[in-house]
Amino acid sequence: MSNVGIVIVSHSPLVAEGTADMVRQMVGDEVPLAWCGGNGHGGLGTSVEAIMGAIDKAWSEAGVAILVDLGDAETNSEMAVEMIGEPRSQKIVVCNAPIVEGAVMAATEASGGASLKEVVATAHELSPS
Amino acid sequence: MGGMTTSLDLSRLITATADAISAHAEELTTLDQAIGDGDHGLNMKRGFEAVRAEAGAFAAKPLPEALKAIGTKLVMTVGGASGPLFGTLFMALGKDIAAEPDRANLAAAFGKAIEAVAARGKSQVGQKTMLDVLQPVHDALLRGKTASEIVEIADRAADATVPMKAIRGRASFLGDRSIGHMDAGARSVALLVRTVIETVGGRT
Repeated sequence: MSNVGIVIVSHSPLVAEGTADMVRQMVGDEVPLAWCGGNGHGGLGTSVEAIMGAIDKAWSEAGVAILVDLGDAETNSEMAVEMIGEPRSQKIVVCNAPIVEGAVMAATEASGGASLKEVVATAHELSPS
Repeated sequence: MGGMTTSLDLSRLITATADAISAHAEELTTLDQAIGDGDHGLNMKRGFEAVRAEAGAFAAKPLPEALKAIGTKLVMTVGGASGPLFGTLFMALGKDIAAEPDRANLAAAFGKAIEAVAARGKSQVGQKTMLDVLQPVHDALLRGKTASEIVEIADRAADATVPMKAIRGRASFLGDRSIGHMDAGARSVALLVRTVIETVGGRT
């Protein structure tokens, strides 16, 4: 698929899956989508390995936008992007946006064939700073 | 640092650090519960036990490669922000350290590793994080402090995070209420510094 992919990374698998459900309701299967949540050991948290897997699953040559909840999710996502390495890492952006609104807005933008830059800008418009 | 690069010593270091982190896991979790999400001790224990489980394989590598591999293992197993932060510390240390480091090389590599941790956490000294112990230890290495002095400097630096206000991480959500508690990451670094120095016998 040529549309930008969306990855949702939450500390909670329930939040991540619920957010993904809301995205699907808006865009159906027009956008590559993957989510991950939890520390991989049954607790709340985020896992670099799981994030790398979600990026693979939602991979698009147009790029991937990642939506995160709290700080650890951002740090772990940035680590995952670095470990995936170039050239793919050049096409992955961790967005600074609220996770639910950001994912839905970014996916809606992506479903219209927008570029990664446009998708990320749409998500960033939701952030106060 | 003589002998630190032999497989026997690296294996001992891995065992000693895993012992120290596991023995203090509850204390670290308690610190993190006060002003964080309360998973630091358990997460660190999981990571260092995962390293211990493959100690032989790590110890068989030259020191730079061993540190990089240990860092990667921590990234993949710790979970939480401590995984990338402590993982980056070891990975970056492995990038610049010599197979048989002298003190100057150790200090230089340690300095680069601290920069990498600061970049990863988008943080700096004075924000109630692990950097508040790493930086004084680096300064002490450069100033020619003895092994026992460095252990004491690390402990005092961890204590010094108590009156600080958190600017980064989950503790920053608490604002002024983060004051009066020690940062768990700073405590972990102090523990690791003590363990490493006691294990290598202060030969620097």
